[in-house]
Amino acid sequence: MTPSKKQLHWMYETMVTSRRFEETIEKIYLEGKQPVFNMASGPIPGEMHLSNGQEPVAVGVCAHLEDHDIVTATHRPHHEAIAKGVDLKRMTAEIFGRATGLSGGRGGHMHLFDAKVNFACAGIIAQGMGPAVGAALSRKMQGKPGVAVAFIGEGAANQGAFHEAMNLAALWKLPFICVIEDNSWGISVAKKDATSVPRNDVRGAAYGVPGVYVGGNDPWKIFEAAGTAVARARAGDGPTLIEVETFRLAGHFMGDAEGYRPKGEKEALFARDPIPAMRKRLLADGTADEAQLKDMEARAEARVAEAIDFARSSPAPAPEDALTEIFA
Amino acid sequence: MTQSNERKLTIARAMAEAIAQEMRTDPGVFVMGEDIAALGGVFGNTRGLLDEFGHDRVRDTPISETSFIGAAVGAAQDGMRPVVELMFADFFGVCFDAIYNLMAKNTFFSGGTFKVPMVLMTSTGGGYSDAGQHSQCLYGTFAHLPGMKVVTPSNSYDAKGMMTAAIRDDSPVVYMFHKSLQGMGWLGTEQGASVHTPEEDYTVEFGKAKVVREGRDVTIVSLAMGVHHALKAAAELEKAGVSAEVVDLRTLVPLDRDTIRASVAKTGRLIVVDEDYHSFGVSGEVIASVVEHDISVLKAAPQRVTSPDAPIPYAREMEAFFLPSPAKIVEAWGRMKAA
Ligand SMILES: Cc1ncc(C[n+]2csc(CCOP(=O)(O)OP(=O)(O)O)c2C)c(N)n1
Ligand SMILES: [Mg+2]
Repeated sequence: MTPSKKQLHWMYETMVTSRRFEETIEKIYLEGKQPVFNMASGPIPGEMHLSNGQEPVAVGVCAHLEDHDIVTATHRPHHEAIAKGVDLKRMTAEIFGRATGLSGGRGGHMHLFDAKVNFACAGIIAQGMGPAVGAALSRKMQGKPGVAVAFIGEGAANQGAFHEAMNLAALWKLPFICVIEDNSWGISVAKKDATSVPRNDVRGAAYGVPGVYVGGNDPWKIFEAAGTAVARARAGDGPTLIEVETFRLAGHFMGDAEGYRPKGEKEALFARDPIPAMRKRLLADGTADEAQLKDMEARAEARVAEAIDFARSSPAPAPEDALTEIFA
Repeated sequence: MTQSNERKLTIARAMAEAIAQEMRTDPGVFVMGEDIAALGGVFGNTRGLLDEFGHDRVRDTPISETSFIGAAVGAAQDGMRPVVELMFADFFGVCFDAIYNLMAKNTFFSGGTFKVPMVLMTSTGGGYSDAGQHSQCLYGTFAHLPGMKVVTPSNSYDAKGMMTAAIRDDSPVVYMFHKSLQGMGWLGTEQGASVHTPEEDYTVEFGKAKVVREGRDVTIVSLAMGVHHALKAAAELEKAGVSAEVVDLRTLVPLDRDTIRASVAKTGRLIVVDEDYHSFGVSGEVIASVVEHDISVLKAAPQRVTSPDAPIPYAREMEAFFLPSPAKIVEAWGRMKAA
C-alpha cells in the first residue's frame, strides 16, 4: 500500500504544520521564563511535551482515518491532534489557558478533547488504551463504522493497562490498533533499561494479534503498516500492534537538561530529521516540485500564525468557571 | 545558633541526604522508582545516590507501578527496606491495590508476623498549571485508609528527620512532599521551606504536631505548603492586631489531636488550611478532633480554606481561584469574626 500524491502532500503539509506549531509554542513557552525558568510563568504555564521528530507516526497513521475514527493520545499529543484534524485554533487557545480553548482552559496541553474528530489525550501513562478499546467495542456493538487507535510511548508498553487492553481487544476481536511511538526514552530511562525485549512488536504474539515493527521513522513505511492494520480492523478481523521507531528532537519536557542522552545523540538525530528527508524524497521522485512545497510550507506557517493570534487575543476564562462542567 | 554554622538545605537535598545516610548503615535499604537513578528524581530527592551506591541499590524501574510497588511489598516482607518513588500522587490510581490492600494490610493479615518496612514517596500539590492529573494532594485519600503512616513535611529539617524515621520504621510510611517546597528552581520555591538541617542523622518523631507560631486569637492548622500560607496570613493578621497561632500537623497518620485541641482550647477559634479537596478529608477530620472532644472551647464556627470538590483546573486564573492562599485565610478570619 503506497500513499497517493494527494496523501503525500497532506502528510508533508501536516508534518510541517506540526513542526511549525511546536517551534512556535517552544518560543512562546519561554516568554516570561527567562532568565529564571519557572514553569508557572509566561503565557503558557505548566509542563510542555513537544513532539518534534515524531511527526511521521502521526501522519502515517492518521492519513487512513476519518473524523469518525477514534484516537487517544498521550502527554505528548500535539502532532497527533493536528494530524487527526483537531481544531487548531481552539487547541492553541486551550494550551494558552483561554476561554475559547477546547475545554475553556480547564485541561491544558495534556488534556485536549475534540469530540468533532473523536480525539482525546491524557497525562497518565497508557491511560488511552482502555478508552480506545472501549470505543472500538462500542462501534462493534452499535454496528457503526470506526476504528480506534491508541497512540502510546514505548515506555507505556510496560504498563499493565497496555497488556490488559491488548488482551481484551484481541479476545473480542475489536477494530483497534495500538501504535507505539518508540522514541527510545521514557523521560531519562532508555528503552533497553526498561523493556525486557528489544522490540515491542513481538508482544503481539502474546495476544494472538499481528505485531508489526516499522523502522527508520519513515512516513511511507508507517503509512503502509497503518494501512494494513486499518483495513484489517475495518474488515472485522481484529486488532494490530504496531511499533514505530521514531525519535524526539526535544527534551522530555521543556526545561529538561537532557543530561541522560549519550554525547552526540542529539546531533545524530537532527541529521535524520524526517521533515527535510521527506521534502528531499518528494522532490527527487517528482511527487512535488519546489513551488508546491513552498506553498504547503507557507500554508502551514499561516495556519499556525492564525491559531496563535486567535489564542493570544482570546479572553482569559472566568475564574469561577473552574467549578462548572464537573457533572454532565 | 550563629549565622555562620547554619546549614540550609532544600527539602530535595534533605531527603536525599537522609536516604544516603541510611543506605550507608543498612545494606537492606535500596531505592527504586522512575527516573530516580541518573536523573536523581524529577524532583531532585534522589540526587547523588546512583553515584555513591550504584545501579544495584538505586534502580530505575519501567513504568510499571503495579509491579514495582507490589515488588517493594514483597522485598520489605523478605527483609529489605525499599524506598520507592512514584513521581506524582496523582499516578497512584494505576497501582493502588498494592498500596492499600497489600502494603497497608499485610501486617494485620499476618497477625503481625509479616512486617512491611517500606517508604513510598510521592510529590503533591499544584500552583503551576499542571492541571488535574498532576496537581492533586490526595492527603485525605491516603490518610483515610488504615495501615499506613502518612507524613507531610513542610521544611527541610522535618523532611530529613522524617525520612530517616520512615526508613527505620517497621511499618509502611507514605512520604508526601509538596512540589512548591522542594527547592527545584523550575517550580519556583517557597523560601521558608529551606531551614537549618544538621548533617548528622536524626529522626523526627511521628505523631507530634508543632506549634510553629504562637498566638492568642485564632489557631490555624495546616500541613506542608499550607503551613507557609498560614504563616504569611498570620503576619498579615498581626498587622490588623490579630494574634494567630499556627500548627503544623507534620504527620497525618498518626494525627496529633492533642496539640490541635490544646491550641484551640487556648484561642477558641479554628481555621484549617488544606490544599486537598474540601470534603471527606483532613480539614473535616481536624475540626472533628476538636468538636467531638469539647465543643465548649469554640467561640466561633470553624472555617476551612481548602480546594473545592472539583478537578484542578489548568488555566492560571482558574487555578488561583481554586487553591488556598494567604489572602483566603485572612478572608476566613473575616468570615469568622463577622459570624
Ligand atoms: C502512571 C504514570 N507513571 C508515571 C508517569 C510520569 N511520566 C510521564 S511521561 C513518562 C515517560 C513516558 O515515556 P513514553 O511512554 O516512552 O512516552 P514519551 O514521553 O517518550 O513520549 C513518565 C514516566 C505518568 N505520567 N503516569
Ligand atoms: Mg518514549
